[in-house]
Amino acid sequence: MAKLRGMNERIQKLREISVNTPVHIDLERAKIETDFYKENDGKYSIPVMRAMVLKEYFSKKTLYLGDGELIVGEKGRDPQASPTFPELCCHSVEDMVVMSERELVSFKTTEEDRRLQAEEIIPYWTGRSMREKILARMTPEWHECYKAGMFTEFMEQRGPGHTCGGEQVFTTGYLDYKEKIQKTMDALDYVNDPDALNKCEELKAMDISCDAVCILGERYHKLALEMAEKEENEVRKAELLQIAANLEVVPAHKPQTYWQAIQLYWFTHLAVTTELNPWDAFSPGRLDQHLNPYYEKDVEAGILDDEKALELLECLWVKFYNQPAPVKVGITLKESATYTDFANINTGGVTPDGRNGVNNVSYLILDCMDEMKLVQPNSNVTISKKTPAKFLKRACEISRKGWGQPAFYNTEAQIMELVNAGKKLEDARRGGSSGCVETGAWGSEAYILTGYLNIPKVFQLTLFNGFDHYTGKQIGLELGYAKDFKTYDELWEAFKKQLEHIVNIKIRGNNVIEKLYAQEMPAPCLSVVTNDCISNAKDYNAGGARYNTNYIQGVGIGTVTDCLASVKYNVFDKKNFTMEELIEAMEHDYEGYDAIYHMVHDKTPKYGNDDDYADDIMQDVFELYRSTITGRPNMKGGKYGVDMLPTTCHVYFGDVILATPNGRKAHKPVSEGISPEKSADTNGPTAVIKSCAKMDHLATAGTLLNQKFTPNVVAGEEGLDHMASLIRSYFSMDGHHIQFNVIDRQTLIDAQNHPDDYKDLIVRVAGYSDFFRNLDKPLQDEIINRTEQSFD
Amino acid sequence: MKNITNIQKFSIHDGDGIRTTVFFKGCPLRCEWCHNPETQRYEREMQFDREKCTGCGTCAKVCPNHAITMVDGKPVLDKEACILCGKCENFCPAGIREIIGREYTVKDLVKELMKDQMFYEESGGGVTLSGGEVMAMDPEYIAAIAKELKHQDVTLTIDTCGYVPYERFEAILPYVDTFLYDVKVMDPKLHRKYMGVDNKLILDNLIRLAGDGARIYIRIPTVREVNGNEDNMKETIAFLKEHDIHPAQVNLLPYHDTGSGKYQKLDMEYKGTNLHAPEKEEMEAFVQLFINAGFQNTKIGG
Repeated sequence: MAKLRGMNERIQKLREISVNTPVHIDLERAKIETDFYKENDGKYSIPVMRAMVLKEYFSKKTLYLGDGELIVGEKGRDPQASPTFPELCCHSVEDMVVMSERELVSFKTTEEDRRLQAEEIIPYWTGRSMREKILARMTPEWHECYKAGMFTEFMEQRGPGHTCGGEQVFTTGYLDYKEKIQKTMDALDYVNDPDALNKCEELKAMDISCDAVCILGERYHKLALEMAEKEENEVRKAELLQIAANLEVVPAHKPQTYWQAIQLYWFTHLAVTTELNPWDAFSPGRLDQHLNPYYEKDVEAGILDDEKALELLECLWVKFYNQPAPVKVGITLKESATYTDFANINTGGVTPDGRNGVNNVSYLILDCMDEMKLVQPNSNVTISKKTPAKFLKRACEISRKGWGQPAFYNTEAQIMELVNAGKKLEDARRGGSSGCVETGAWGSEAYILTGYLNIPKVFQLTLFNGFDHYTGKQIGLELGYAKDFKTYDELWEAFKKQLEHIVNIKIRGNNVIEKLYAQEMPAPCLSVVTNDCISNAKDYNAGGARYNTNYIQGVGIGTVTDCLASVKYNVFDKKNFTMEELIEAMEHDYEGYDAIYHMVHDKTPKYGNDDDYADDIMQDVFELYRSTITGRPNMKGGKYGVDMLPTTCHVYFGDVILATPNGRKAHKPVSEGISPEKSADTNGPTAVIKSCAKMDHLATAGTLLNQKFTPNVVAGEEGLDHMASLIRSYFSMDGHHIQFNVIDRQTLIDAQNHPDDYKDLIVRVAGYSDFFRNLDKPLQDEIINRTEQSFD
Repeated sequence: MKNITNIQKFSIHDGDGIRTTVFFKGCPLRCEWCHNPETQRYEREMQFDREKCTGCGTCAKVCPNHAITMVDGKPVLDKEACILCGKCENFCPAGIREIIGREYTVKDLVKELMKDQMFYEESGGGVTLSGGEVMAMDPEYIAAIAKELKHQDVTLTIDTCGYVPYERFEAILPYVDTFLYDVKVMDPKLHRKYMGVDNKLILDNLIRLAGDGARIYIRIPTVREVNGNEDNMKETIAFLKEHDIHPAQVNLLPYHDTGSGKYQKLDMEYKGTNLHAPEKEEMEAFVQLFINAGFQNTKIGG
């Protein structure tokens, strides 16, 4: 039996429960919410109603305080319980069966659950859920594109969120927030401000949210005391009494100790992730820097040592792992097929005044991720020029163990990206990357990922006069067929127009969805903890935050670059064959067209080899994508930006595309993140890094680069040095993010054939790590086939 | 002669840090275990994977010089007629034909080598010129490359068998940071048998190179049947001591046969089928011999 992970018996037990409990649907929240709506709908304003639902849930929900726990609170009834959000997406009974019985990312539902869903939840929410409201308001063009896999839509089953906590989350009690809310309320100008009433309702809602969190704290306080009363083990009794003592301070007041600071964060996390089901859950932002003042104070006072500090971190890690991502179905499941909810803890970086941010807690966090080896939270490091080599090498040491964490982010690039997007320097330094790789000003920004865009498929439409073979529909503009383009420039112009067309359809849909969320589905609790929502008396979902940004994530830049390079090189430059011949070969999936296949697959310049022929095209594609989207206004007074990341969407997007001019066969995944098309990079990792660095990372809000190594490449002290050098070099060239899989191909193939023997095998997928056995076969194949960067 | 077979980026086992290694084509030695047989001949040549050929005949059809004829369903190349134009390479559906050897101008080669400058600087790496035998190439060409790299502040490592006139070393000495110098076997008879040439010139050059103050890594490809025995190692140590040679590192490189599959593609025969690497314990014992003799920086691999 494998060694149990966790620094001591307590953590090992808690971790075992977390890892071995099957993920299950928990309808308690849905039931409480539905009963509350049935009784009260129409009596209150929408924001107040939303806040009251949270208060009702926290007042009535089943409490869980597990044996040995030091940090308390669960979203649902117990670990691995997944509450549902029928106000956003009301699952059919069939959905409930499918989610329970599907092999991967399953959520167990019972007969009783299905009965409750059928008899109480569905009858009330039918026609009322956001999903229905959204889909009903989308244009026919939007629906055609959505079905064709031109893009995905994030808010179709889940709420916006995509943000992280700032330092206020660790320094402010909920009574303090209430005071602030009251002050804004008192200052409302009902005589001159036409919006005063709406503001008042929003502030009321925020105030009620604070009460909700306090109520949860009080209930746990009472429970801990009751349990302590009955507890016979003196050690545990003392712990329960300390938990109770902590809850006399937090969440109502600001924390006084390290332990209380972690507990306060956890209550905020629970509140934000149960008022709605926001994407990327919620994250503590600069956890190391936020905790360090408490750590230093407690160590000085003699009430904390590194062992205890680490134990509390490990307790927090278990808490994160206890919360699976909300259940997803349909296309949303395909674009994000994982239990991981993308809470992302980025350690290191710089302080708000620009000094090296690494402290003792940073090293403890590395020890914690190394020991716990859990895919949640997504634990990463952000490396600045000022980061000590010791910290970088310790992170490399963990990363080369091969389960994908930590990934490495470039602090200076993140700051420049944020400043370029209009943030103040001090806010930018407080920011970083969350979710997968996307940047935001933590604590002050709503940065909403709205969906992935299938760039290679836009190119496919360009070759077929806008016609989509997958759905058999005319999706794009009628600008001619491949053979009609007499020059590369003509082809490029058509591609450009098709991209603009698809982006416009997507943004039009986004605008409607954004407005719907602003009006119908506010998030008052998230608003409380996000800077400026209180002072603006405006909801997070309506533009209340200091900064408001929307992203559309570009997928497949490696594939589309190689497609354009192939056509340019073979058809126009070298005249190796005609466009008609190429299209014919593609339409036959290159079966029987070996010579053309070999030419496009093996003898054509490809992105990822530090070859300017292809890399110049990548730059053109990136600039086209960026300029088509970046700077366009959103509905919250902010602007659009771009990310280049895929989660698992590159598999889905590839599935809806026929064979492509670069020799990629039909339905195979497209390239992920900004990584080259698989097996296109034959010049080693430095060439990949050079090619990727030619993208203007500072004009994005995040890019994702995967590198897979076999263990021998990174073995020994020298191997660590090589990893560190690759990272530092990439970051010197402004690369945003790099992550490593250190696994040999044979291991992966064996794991695919014998999943039971590799239950523990974790691989980096794209911006996150997951258990290999949880991935479906095409994605497993894709990871196996990613070029192994090894040179003996 | 200055044909290049491969430019290997992220080369981390031939010298310090992250390097780019250039493999030149042509070598005065014929080591039986050679794992880069494509670097033995000096001239460009067509490599062709006979085992994977499907006999489709595309190569014969596209050849503008009619240098390929199909005999019994297999292509046969008339080397005299072949102008190495690359048509068959481009159109072979199985992708199994490849022209080995390409010339670069000094400017183009340096440009390619400078692409990884960032990685050299960050890791303490640089460029390694290898082969084949780099020192057997056009001396002016190699000197020009070495000079330009020095000018660009890139450290240069020369990986050599040592079997060239010493003047060639003298000419580039000012531009070279480190020499990876192969000392294969001390017994001249064995050297002639397995390498095809005598080792006197090699050892003499080593003495002079060390005397001229070069930084040297001694590399010993270790094969049980040839040099993987205590006597040879002791003799090597005695030689180094006698001539007051102080290598910065000694690397014992265990034999491997990963190159044996390449021979059929070149219409050559692999003669090293009966060779073996010493056991790990034996290798460690050899390392210990060096360390005991005062060569602290000795290790397996390099």
